[in-house]
Amino acid sequence: MSASSPPDTQVKTTSESSREIYSELDQESNLAMTEEVILLDFWASMYGMRTRIALAEKRVKYHYREEDLWNKSSLLLQMNPVHKKIPVLIHNGKPLCESLFQLEYIDETWPEENPLLPSDPYKRARAKFWADIIDKKVNVAGRRIWTTKGEEKEEASKELIEILKTLESELGDKDYFGEETFGYVDIALIGFYSWFGVYDKYGNINIESECPKLIAWAKRCLQRESVAKALPESEKITTFISERRKKLELE
Amino acid sequence: MAERSEDSEEVKLLGMWASPFSRRIEIALTLKGVPYEFSEQDITNKSDLLLRLNPVYKMIPVLVHNGKPISESLVILEYIDDTWRNNPILPQDPSERAMARFWAKLIDQQICVAAMKVAGTIGEERDAAVEETRNLLMFLEKELVGKDFFGGQSLGLVDIVATLVAFWLIRTEDLLGVKVVPVEKFPEIHRWVKNLSGNDVIKKCIPPEDEHLEYIRARMDKLNIKSA
Repeated sequence: MSASSPPDTQVKTTSESSREIYSELDQESNLAMTEEVILLDFWASMYGMRTRIALAEKRVKYHYREEDLWNKSSLLLQMNPVHKKIPVLIHNGKPLCESLFQLEYIDETWPEENPLLPSDPYKRARAKFWADIIDKKVNVAGRRIWTTKGEEKEEASKELIEILKTLESELGDKDYFGEETFGYVDIALIGFYSWFGVYDKYGNINIESECPKLIAWAKRCLQRESVAKALPESEKITTFISERRKKLELE
Repeated sequence: MAERSEDSEEVKLLGMWASPFSRRIEIALTLKGVPYEFSEQDITNKSDLLLRLNPVYKMIPVLVHNGKPISESLVILEYIDDTWRNNPILPQDPSERAMARFWAKLIDQQICVAAMKVAGTIGEERDAAVEETRNLLMFLEKELVGKDFFGGQSLGLVDIVATLVAFWLIRTEDLLGVKVVPVEKFPEIHRWVKNLSGNDVIKKCIPPEDEHLEYIRARMDKLNIKSA
């Protein structure tokens, strides 16, 4: 599987130079032990996109490292032994796993720039509640759309539209889920926008016509540099999924 | 600004006496000395109040503070910690906070699910569920080495969430008919359960053992699960 270049960051890492890095594992462990911030990620991951956006919002310099999910590096397995998943954020040699927890960590560690979460406890709780719903419902339905057929696929399409409509209703007439400012919930959801093409195509749906306000919100978010740089082009993801489906013998 | 009346400072918890998710909220509130009104909910016949306060999930627990509802137990626990700053349940250090959240999520989304599979299956499927639960618990076992509690010397978020393991999984092993968490394999977890059981707040807030086991036995019968 060929990864497209990761988003524009401090250290360009293509799959070729990743192989160089594999052979210099000592150097990598040294890298992991320094002050530096490292993100182990996968270009198409809507979860990795969250962390990329948060780091960019806070203007934190970091090393981006593309992982081959079908040939996971020892560093990844060492840094996330429990789940063996990306994204993993490594800071001062310590791994942080789970994208939403990474967002909070980033907000707590670099509090001066662009706060991601509100300071009011009730508003924070609402933000976490909605991010939790996004985690529990969007990918579950989304993934089933492109990995199943027939009735199961239809049901998944219905479920996805339902959750997106619920989110759209929560957004209401606000510019962002974070009310006046772009924040935690916006970051939690926006990565999925780059996957809407996949859901539309394989789910036989049209998310834009079902949830126009949500699409307007997404385009608004994309005007932010942090988001524009973090999200791959929708077509790249659709092509990638088409290749995955062939490998899984779904088409 | 107008003075708040007594009512608006009111803390109300919609919960259920045998639910680990409800009990953990009681532990947190008690730990911080926050007075609250408990409203026992019949989850088989949900009240209008519950449906109104938690329209998305229609589940307990729901915390209502100053008239505003918060649902999802992990979200509620963090809200409580943010609002009442004494006896903090999350650590100060951001990376330790991230780890605590990580373990709490592992317990709720994976250990709990695997444990429920143990209860709800038989034969090979059950054996696989037992193995899965044990593999996950091994991570917690390692976390406890050299500590009285997950939170260090005092109760923290992970201890509060992991009461599910102590008083809903380990406690019901005899009923389930399988020692999912044998002491030979999990000496640290058993040591931790002893520490928990000696803690005043925990003692006050967990369901009384006899009634709890009776309730679970009745539920297993109802769901046609063979109880030992």
